[in-house]
Amino acid sequence: MSVIWTMIAKRLGLGVLTLFVISVIIFGATELLPGDLAQNILGQSATPETVAAFRKELGLDLPAYTRYFNWLFGALQGDFGTSLANKRPIADLIATRLGNTLFLALYAAAISVPLSLLLGILAALYRNSIFDRTVNAMALSSISFPEFFVAYILIFVLAQSGLFPSMSRMDATVGFGEALYRTFLPALTLTLVVTAHMMRMTRAAIINLLASPYIEMARLKGMKPMRVILKHALPNALAPIITVVALNLAYLVTGVVVVEVVFVYPGLGQLMVDSVSKRDFPVVQAVALIFAAAYVLLNLTADVLSTLSNPRLIHRK
Amino acid sequence: MTDLRSQNGLSRRGLLKGATALGAAGLILSASVRRAMAEPKRGGILRVAFASGNTTDSLDPATWDSQFVQCFNVARNATLTEIASDGSLVGEIAESWEASADAATWTLKIRSGVTFHSGKTLTADDVVASLNYHRGEESKSAAKPLVDPITDIKAEGDTVVVTLSGGNADFPFIVADYHLVILPSSEGKIDPMTTDGCGAYVLDSFEPGVSVKMSRNPNYWKTDRGWFDGIEALAIVDSAARQNALITGEVDVIDSVDLNTVTLLQRAPGLVILPVAGNQHYVFVMDTRATPFSDNNVRQALKYGIDRQELVDKILQGYGSIGNDIPMGAQQPYYNTELEQKTYDPDKAKFYLKEAGMDSLSVQLSVADSAFAGAVDAGVLYSERAAAAGINIEVVREPSDGYWDNVWMKKPFCASYWGGRPTPDLMFSTAYSGGAPWNESFWDNARFNELLIAARSELDDDKRRAMYWEMQDLLANQGGTVIPMFASYVMAHTDKVGVPEVVGANQGMDGLRAFERWWFV
Repeated sequence: MSVIWTMIAKRLGLGVLTLFVISVIIFGATELLPGDLAQNILGQSATPETVAAFRKELGLDLPAYTRYFNWLFGALQGDFGTSLANKRPIADLIATRLGNTLFLALYAAAISVPLSLLLGILAALYRNSIFDRTVNAMALSSISFPEFFVAYILIFVLAQSGLFPSMSRMDATVGFGEALYRTFLPALTLTLVVTAHMMRMTRAAIINLLASPYIEMARLKGMKPMRVILKHALPNALAPIITVVALNLAYLVTGVVVVEVVFVYPGLGQLMVDSVSKRDFPVVQAVALIFAAAYVLLNLTADVLSTLSNPRLIHRK
Repeated sequence: MTDLRSQNGLSRRGLLKGATALGAAGLILSASVRRAMAEPKRGGILRVAFASGNTTDSLDPATWDSQFVQCFNVARNATLTEIASDGSLVGEIAESWEASADAATWTLKIRSGVTFHSGKTLTADDVVASLNYHRGEESKSAAKPLVDPITDIKAEGDTVVVTLSGGNADFPFIVADYHLVILPSSEGKIDPMTTDGCGAYVLDSFEPGVSVKMSRNPNYWKTDRGWFDGIEALAIVDSAARQNALITGEVDVIDSVDLNTVTLLQRAPGLVILPVAGNQHYVFVMDTRATPFSDNNVRQALKYGIDRQELVDKILQGYGSIGNDIPMGAQQPYYNTELEQKTYDPDKAKFYLKEAGMDSLSVQLSVADSAFAGAVDAGVLYSERAAAAGINIEVVREPSDGYWDNVWMKKPFCASYWGGRPTPDLMFSTAYSGGAPWNESFWDNARFNELLIAARSELDDDKRRAMYWEMQDLLANQGGTVIPMFASYVMAHTDKVGVPEVVGANQGMDGLRAFERWWFV
């Protein structure tokens, strides 16, 4: 087991380094964007004097490296600062939205992961049958449509008939059951978007193994096809499946801005887009780091699980 | 001339007719009849979805840049004066006002008995501090150019005395601007981030980019305003989501209808489309300092090379009227009704090109949809029509992001828009007087500038009218701005919402005052 612990420690260390590099890149990228917050907030009403006064108030007149290090020292002490645009503490801005984003991601994952594993296994079991082809065709069609299109279709079918709300508004008073009901359509949209990838990977990984001699052996012993797949093929197919699941989970956390906009769901994606367009760089930094951390942690989890699923990697000689 | 006038003077009535042509007669007419009969009454929570609203929105009055923040903050606060639904000026915090003979010193009497939500009584000191916040070196306010002419402002008992650097008969209109709300002060300063206010609604919660909740101010001093028990404003930027919310009954009002799908929305039962013809206009602006636009013949050629009616029909879906290169709505008091309406005329455009010594002309037009909705399509239509006159317009699609920094007033020929101003003086001095910060065409006409200053302090109405008419002639025939269309504000609401007979046209959402003027039937 010590292999695992060393790996986790090493990877966490690298993860922190990655986050630092990302913060530099994000800061540099926001600097490269034309215009700054003062110009973007004042927009058409901007005059040189008001922009200058605004910049001075926000400290935007300081050199870029000074602003970056000021931010970094704050962040290292756990203080992500306040939004330049509305002076609210970034921790407050992010807290509820992060909760909403994670809730939706988990909700979609709770539907899509079991669903795609099940469909993938069944498709491998009955490969090349009508069932296999239908499932594949449906999954590939749903991933091929843009998210907003899937979302509008669902709204047209399920919301305009009054079954589900077209807006997934959340506030503190919404209970758990109610929240599940309100966010059903966005969760379903995301499920349709991510299922194909995981399902196809499950199917491919299992079918790949079915040609192996040891599977042949199991079959020759007269084992039932389902048992062959669950007991013998699946454990060896876990590593690639876990990796794909982790990638899709990361996507559910970071890439759902379109779904948020269509369903008016207050998640992190919208905050990120608004902050980039107004050049509110402390908020951009904080959200970007959360997204990066999601990728780092999920990849780490995937690697740990893959290693655990493979005795050859744990008991290395 | 008269038929030109009626074409240009497309009013609310004209719009209703236009809408009839679109096949919605029953819907809109029955609604207007019903509106006339309904009496305002108290009660209900109004839910409004806005097309704007951003997570970077702030309570600071210096930064209110979208209809979402403007609307809820106007409902929370009050300004010195208010532009009434019919475009006239009425007092709000200022009960009355009078000018010195040269219109350079204004004395405003502050209404007594107005209290903030916190219980503090509103005084003249609060007014002084609130206006001062937008003035001076330190000001980052978008309204700074408006209050720049104020050289001194002081409280005297229950009056406020404002001294201007020059006479301005329209000063009371300036202080109706939504940025210039009156906030509570202490020691001569306001706290710009305060949630306090003296308006019809008390702010309960504000989550930037998501929602605002407000409840009725029980101590509100106006008895004929503020009918709702509460307001819930939502930011729903996606137009399909916004319209869905209205159709499925999750909101009662939407502040902006996507014109591409307005005919579909009209078919939904129980909904009323509310178009209001106002001063909002979409423009193509030339830098009059740059060649070839420095030649007025080229500018005239470009003004004749645009098919205005086509733009109104195709870009605004009929929800608007053609412009005559004058930045004033036809309903405004000093509108020049005798000026010839420019129409699409390739021969005239060719004539002016020849005058400029050219056979053909090639220019680049920079557009992005952040200038106005449909700007890219409008540019393409412009280009197609102008080609017949030998004008080759290459439409350059610019990024919407950063458009106002990188394109507007930087590229020599670009798209822009104006919400319009309640008086010609405000509009002209904002965007057309030589050296004004937002003079987007960099037009500097000596006669125009001279007339602008003379008209500003002229208290004789006939003389003033004559000056404004001459200025409009100068603008239309020498200015650097093509104003092809006036876009109506197109809102929609359910038939449960009561709307006054006359809806304010100075800005969207009933002059930003729908929260306090509308009611549930």
